[in-house]
Amino acid sequence: MTVGQSVNRKEGRDKVTGAAKYVDDYHFQDIWYGKTVRSTVAHAQITGIEFLAGFDWSTVVLADYRDITSRNIVALIYDDQPLLAESLVRHVYEPILLIAAPTKELAELAAKHVHITYKKLPAVLTIEDSLSAEQKIFGDDNVFKSYTVTRGNVEDAFQSAEVVVEETYHVGHQEQLYIETNGIIATAKSDGTILIQGSMQCPYYVHRAIKELFGLPDEKVVVVQNVTGGGFGGKEEFPSVVAGHAALLAKKCGHPVKIVYERGEDFVASTKRHPAVIRHRTGLTRDGRLIAAEIDLTFDGGAYCTLSPVVLSRGVIHALGPYKCPNIRVTGKVVATNTPPNGAFRGFGVPQACFASEMHMENISRKLDISPVELRRKNMLHQGDYTLTGQQLTYSVGTQQVLDAVLERSDYLARRSHKQPELSNKRYGIGLSFYYHGGGFTGSGEEKIKGQAAVELTAEGTVRILTASTEIGQGTRTIFSQIVAQELGLRPEDVEFEENDTSKVPDSGPTVASRTCMVVGRVVQMAAASLKEEMAKRIASLAQCQASEIQFEGRHLLWQKDGEIISVSFAEAAERCMSRTGFLKTTAQYSSPPGIKWDDVTYSGDAYPVYAYAADVVEVEVDMDTFEVKILKVTTATDVGKAINPTLAEGQIEGGTVQALGYGLFEEVAWKDGKILNNRLTNYIIPTSLDIPDMETVLIENPYPYGPYGAKGIGELPMDGGAPALVAAIADAVGAVVTEIPATPERIMEAMEKLAVEA
Amino acid sequence: MNKVYSPKELSEAFQILNSYQPLKIVAGGTDLMVGYNSGMPVPDQLLNLWKLDELRHIDEYPSLLKIGALCTYTQLIKDERVRKYAPTLVDAAKTIGAMQIQNRGTLGGNIVNASPAGDCLPVLAAFDAVIEIGSVRGLRQVPFTDFYTGYRQTVLAEDEMVTNILLPKQKTEESAKFYKVGTRAAQAISKVMMSVRASIDAQKCVKEIAIAVGSVAPTVIRTRLTEMAIRGLIIDESLIATARKEMMEEVRPITDIRSNEHYRRTVSGNLIAKFLRENYLA
Ligand SMILES: Cc1cc2nc3c(=O)[nH]c(=O)nc-3n(C[C@H](O)[C@H](O)[C@H](O)COP(=O)(O)OP(=O)(O)OC[C@H]3O[C@@H](n4cnc5c(N)ncnc54)[C@H](O)[C@@H]3O)c2cc1C
Repeated sequence: MTVGQSVNRKEGRDKVTGAAKYVDDYHFQDIWYGKTVRSTVAHAQITGIEFLAGFDWSTVVLADYRDITSRNIVALIYDDQPLLAESLVRHVYEPILLIAAPTKELAELAAKHVHITYKKLPAVLTIEDSLSAEQKIFGDDNVFKSYTVTRGNVEDAFQSAEVVVEETYHVGHQEQLYIETNGIIATAKSDGTILIQGSMQCPYYVHRAIKELFGLPDEKVVVVQNVTGGGFGGKEEFPSVVAGHAALLAKKCGHPVKIVYERGEDFVASTKRHPAVIRHRTGLTRDGRLIAAEIDLTFDGGAYCTLSPVVLSRGVIHALGPYKCPNIRVTGKVVATNTPPNGAFRGFGVPQACFASEMHMENISRKLDISPVELRRKNMLHQGDYTLTGQQLTYSVGTQQVLDAVLERSDYLARRSHKQPELSNKRYGIGLSFYYHGGGFTGSGEEKIKGQAAVELTAEGTVRILTASTEIGQGTRTIFSQIVAQELGLRPEDVEFEENDTSKVPDSGPTVASRTCMVVGRVVQMAAASLKEEMAKRIASLAQCQASEIQFEGRHLLWQKDGEIISVSFAEAAERCMSRTGFLKTTAQYSSPPGIKWDDVTYSGDAYPVYAYAADVVEVEVDMDTFEVKILKVTTATDVGKAINPTLAEGQIEGGTVQALGYGLFEEVAWKDGKILNNRLTNYIIPTSLDIPDMETVLIENPYPYGPYGAKGIGELPMDGGAPALVAAIADAVGAVVTEIPATPERIMEAMEKLAVEA
Repeated sequence: MNKVYSPKELSEAFQILNSYQPLKIVAGGTDLMVGYNSGMPVPDQLLNLWKLDELRHIDEYPSLLKIGALCTYTQLIKDERVRKYAPTLVDAAKTIGAMQIQNRGTLGGNIVNASPAGDCLPVLAAFDAVIEIGSVRGLRQVPFTDFYTGYRQTVLAEDEMVTNILLPKQKTEESAKFYKVGTRAAQAISKVMMSVRASIDAQKCVKEIAIAVGSVAPTVIRTRLTEMAIRGLIIDESLIATARKEMMEEVRPITDIRSNEHYRRTVSGNLIAKFLRENYLA
């Protein structure tokens, strides 16, 4: 049994020893370096580009939008974002001009000699300004996309509510801060093929973007993922921009072109988590049952649409949290501003929604004087219940289990009544959050993607997986090899991977949406099962037995003949299977579980095939002199379906929780006139190892019948609940509820002052 | 190409300073390299102090410690005499960056870099340290509280460098504290820091007090009005309230990307209140 074991990371050794080659480790003899010249203003007409004297312009190659042969777009949803600005810039840092030079220094120097003049236009920099639509920057109302989801009769239900609780919550930008910054090398081959290699999550997204840019057929664009140092969504759509730039320069200068961002550039140029303003109005019975809810979410999309509609959609669907409410209306919109486009980030709209909904639970529990636990127990979803999109939950619903487990393991009830030592100026607090996250693409998304994967026998008699799902540090290769090994009676080390190259591997869909294990893992399992069947069939005909009699075990194929057990090694069997054809490869494609229904128009039905559930307890100590928060302990319980590799599953949960705690406590982008003031690790504050205490991580296995061995998607879930649990703990400690994150000492102080004034 | 001078003798360093201007002094480089990496022009000539072992000594005198400008934080943290006679300097050193920076960053660099957020600076101000400055013209001494002439400006002439720090020992009857309010547990630039040194008798009377604060004014400052409001009085609730109020009035904080004025002012008041409260309870 290898599934369920914490086998070592497949690529761990190479990464630890430094053998792994990231894009910046590739050096070609004739390589040139690309540099991007960006807008310094938020909204303006470009009136001129001057190339200053004092630089020898013959030593470099320049490219602008006029060099784009097909469509000047970063192909995604609306195709509204130009790869290079033409006459208008819509945000600071928008790419305008590209420079290629034989050295990085020369490219930098050239960039310093470019002077761009602008005629400034009024800039829309906040959600409020965008909503007022005084200055129109997208359509008539600045709204990229809006959704409404309704169930029951909200107005009537509010009439009968005994208590109404209303509050508005604010969340800011968050940077993904993968360790390896964005980097791409592009090569334009003499036959017109464009070759892209680099750091990315979704090779086929880059593939499509480059095809659109140059009007090329599939086979003329080849995209290869290099070892990638983290993504967190930040390398979902954004690498298409860097790849486009590098490709354009490579075509023009005739050399391979490398663009690797410095941290400061990566920080300002790349997408971030959408800021949001979320309003909750909730009607309840005196004893705390939800009977009516109105939730309005507004996300700041930035200057271009990118993936915003999909991010918002997920936020809308998760807006209530894992609770029942018979009468509910959720409205959501994502608006345009003259700030850098926001995009995918682990959680994809849910961390924003979850902070608001769980803090609202905290506020309700205070207002009604009901314990946070009781409030959750009264309203939580159970098997058989309906979500806000009208989806009935019929399997793998771990709500009760995760809540019970986290309470027990953290000793929540006893600790909540914990008394302070009289004289200390530190206050202890404990907070709870309870949440869920749908696995895979929303609604009909997976049906459209039809993710594929394949497995094949190798000449050495082992097995190779062919998939476009990327390893970005989360463990794709390890768990896929465990799944295949399990199916075929092999060890994970007997399983290898085809290079993640669009000319070699099928499109498994993007590495996003908590779908890699749950969806593509399932496809890989199906492909392995077909391989097994095919091998059994071929061996059976040679051995003159029934295919169904052949067992795959201990790296052997076994069957009985005349009462005797015959065994042949897997490698030998593989060789025999390929003796005639020379190869054996099986491909599988995803299909949704039976009975799944989704209506894109009314936004109702089965939004996701399954949800993963979790609950967090965070304990803090707040210094009443400085309002600084020390996190004492974090306990999480997560219904993962099945942990294919428990250590990796725990790693996902712990890492995601740290990111969530950073979101809740520290991480804030500082802006002035559309410019980022803190684009460095010294002033964009993320937690250090000293800020994070020991974590207790409880895994609960509530199998999902259509996942590989029961596994559900848990990549994003741990990003959702940390912030509200933390801020609830702060509220428990100081008595004031902070409604905007990060809950910095400054905000905690203000919330306490406000409370004192009100009292 | 940049020229880097790496003298082994102090006198040689003085000669270089005298002869090769303009020139930039590099000690640990932990402030300078950050600047250069973010686009500050790298000067043509650099004077690398790293080989000047003469500036790595820590000597004990009856009433003071003489600390070489090139002493690293790790050295200060480990040194028995510094631990015994300047425990608040050790406390401050321990909050700087993390281990790598503590191994490389120097006390002299912290002083001459002249950031209002330099963590050791309030300690030096509260303890009335004296800065020894050297050049071909000889050595001179300047009280630390006169060392800064404005935001990121010092009394150093072009050909001068800091050679030693003369730090009065903490007396057994004195109680002292260093408080740093950063943004996280390590690698944090201070929003507010305070160093207090006081003699408090058995009746809880504050016989002497020196208070220095950082990150709340253009340079590290001594809050002498607050000191005056406390000196000679017995600690009680009302003195604590007065001290808090005085401090909040005396500091001159600003709002920047790390924090805001109101917070810095409030917390400065709270920290002096905390010091008095803790001594009152002690
Ligand atoms: C990651 C990181 C974290 C940090 N954390 C902190 C922190 O928590 N608290 C804090 O206070 N600082 C912090 N710093 C800043 C820095 O480490 C300290 O200020 C350190 O003491 C600087 O010393 P240095 O020897 O490296 O100075 P250098 O960078 O070598 O020099 C700094 C300045 O002082 C001048 N100089 C140095 N020595 C002399 C001398 N003897 N005579 C005349 N001029 C001299 C140099 O010319 C330069 O202008 C941090 C820096 C980094 C990179």
